[in-house]
Amino acid sequence: MSAASVPPHRPSPDSDVSHKAVLEAPDIRRALTRIAHEILERTKGGRDIVLLGIPTRGVTLAARLARRIEEVEGHPVPQGSLDVTMYRDDLRMRPARALGRTELPPEGVDDRLVVLIDDVLFSGRTVRAALDALNDLGRPRAVQLATLVDRGHRELPIRADYVGKNLPTSARETVRVLVEEVDGRDAVLLEAGK
Amino acid sequence: MKHHLISAADLTKDDALLILDTAEELASIADRPIKKLPTLRGRTVVNLFFEDSTRTRISFEAAAKRLSADVINFSAKGSSVSKGESLKDTALTLEAMGADGVVIRHGASGAPHRLANWVRGSVVNAGDGTHEHPTQALLDAYTMRRRLGDLDGRRVTIVGDILHSRVARSNVLLLETLGAEVTLVAPPTLFPVAVGTWPCEIAYDLDAVLPKTDVVMMLRVQQERMNAAYFPTVREYSRRYGLDGRRMAALPQHAVVMHPGPMNRGVEIAAEVADSPRSTIVEQVANGVTVRMAVLYLLLGGSQPAVGTTRLEGE
Repeated sequence: MSAASVPPHRPSPDSDVSHKAVLEAPDIRRALTRIAHEILERTKGGRDIVLLGIPTRGVTLAARLARRIEEVEGHPVPQGSLDVTMYRDDLRMRPARALGRTELPPEGVDDRLVVLIDDVLFSGRTVRAALDALNDLGRPRAVQLATLVDRGHRELPIRADYVGKNLPTSARETVRVLVEEVDGRDAVLLEAGK
Repeated sequence: MKHHLISAADLTKDDALLILDTAEELASIADRPIKKLPTLRGRTVVNLFFEDSTRTRISFEAAAKRLSADVINFSAKGSSVSKGESLKDTALTLEAMGADGVVIRHGASGAPHRLANWVRGSVVNAGDGTHEHPTQALLDAYTMRRRLGDLDGRRVTIVGDILHSRVARSNVLLLETLGAEVTLVAPPTLFPVAVGTWPCEIAYDLDAVLPKTDVVMMLRVQQERMNAAYFPTVREYSRRYGLDGRRMAALPQHAVVMHPGPMNRGVEIAAEVADSPRSTIVEQVANGVTVRMAVLYLLLGGSQPAVGTTRLEGE
């Protein structure tokens, strides 16, 4: 697949926007495998962890991480999704948005080590909203953050514990993570600003 | 330019589905230890009730409070309205207080429409005269969808006082948008004159309709509006149009029984039917809060409403 191609159901609005695939499927696979091992190392086997993905693509990534951890350790890992829409700080700047799903595993989050999973870490505002949302759902023992791409430009004092790839970007560029389950292919695209 | 929810006909199919899907996601809030979201913090919702309606008012109040909005309840009794203040002056008072949303219940059909021209905030119709009650229709559709799945092609029978029922009109309009087939059943005296123009079937014999019905919705016999002789006796009405155990047995296995409440047990619905597992009457109350949260979020939660109509000044 050429670096400039776009997924079929998201046609490029503008032909002079260039897309560069900075990660392809094998890179994403290796990055997730490494993150899974790092989580296990840092949490000493991950006995009390809960993986919570932030919709949409964070949920897919959480499911993949849970599968890898289970393959290595042989015990199932509770996972779920955490929608942060109602907690965002930019709600009043755009029309009201459709909500994503919040679904906790039956174990809940109380006294557990919650690992939040998002596809791209940028301003940190989504993670701030996720921490607030989590606060209303219970009291985890600790919260960590995993992200496939850290593109910099933080606006809040937030950092990731596990990073798939550090990607230096300009603030005008757009980073898009595509996953097989949602977009039909795995890739991380860097789109130049107009 | 304003955005309001005044009639169920204001909603496109996409709007209606967005409200129902949003409600679906909000339903889990009721099971959480903290039943509150910060989304409407700093926004003010005024409940403007010119008619008594405790259940609708507390449902809207609970919905707004779970979204962290400030709620001001304004009821006509003991207020300046009983001293003769006009709707317009009340509206200007609300405007001066900076209401972001106004939920209005009024005895006169069309009052919310008038109000929408006088205030800047979003107007939500919580029942106007014999006209409409769109959030009731939304919560009914939501309840049906939870029990039966997609409403496309579902057959819904609404039985009773169609003439005075804003619930029936809103339901007919919304269910038609969602692709369901509605049949209205009542004595001829309790149909409005223009019912022939509504997008639904009409019938006079309940027993003939029940076997091919997925949802049967019983409407309350509104004794307070029965000032003319619409039917000979309550007992005769109950025998011809009430839902008792025998009639419930004629429904298909999966069919559900609904009632917008408050119900007259023994008149339009028998106690054994109201308390049966097929009855969704208690669910409807809980779903009411969830659906109203979805409506308030979609109207007030963003920079501009995600659903509803845009009306121009003077329309």
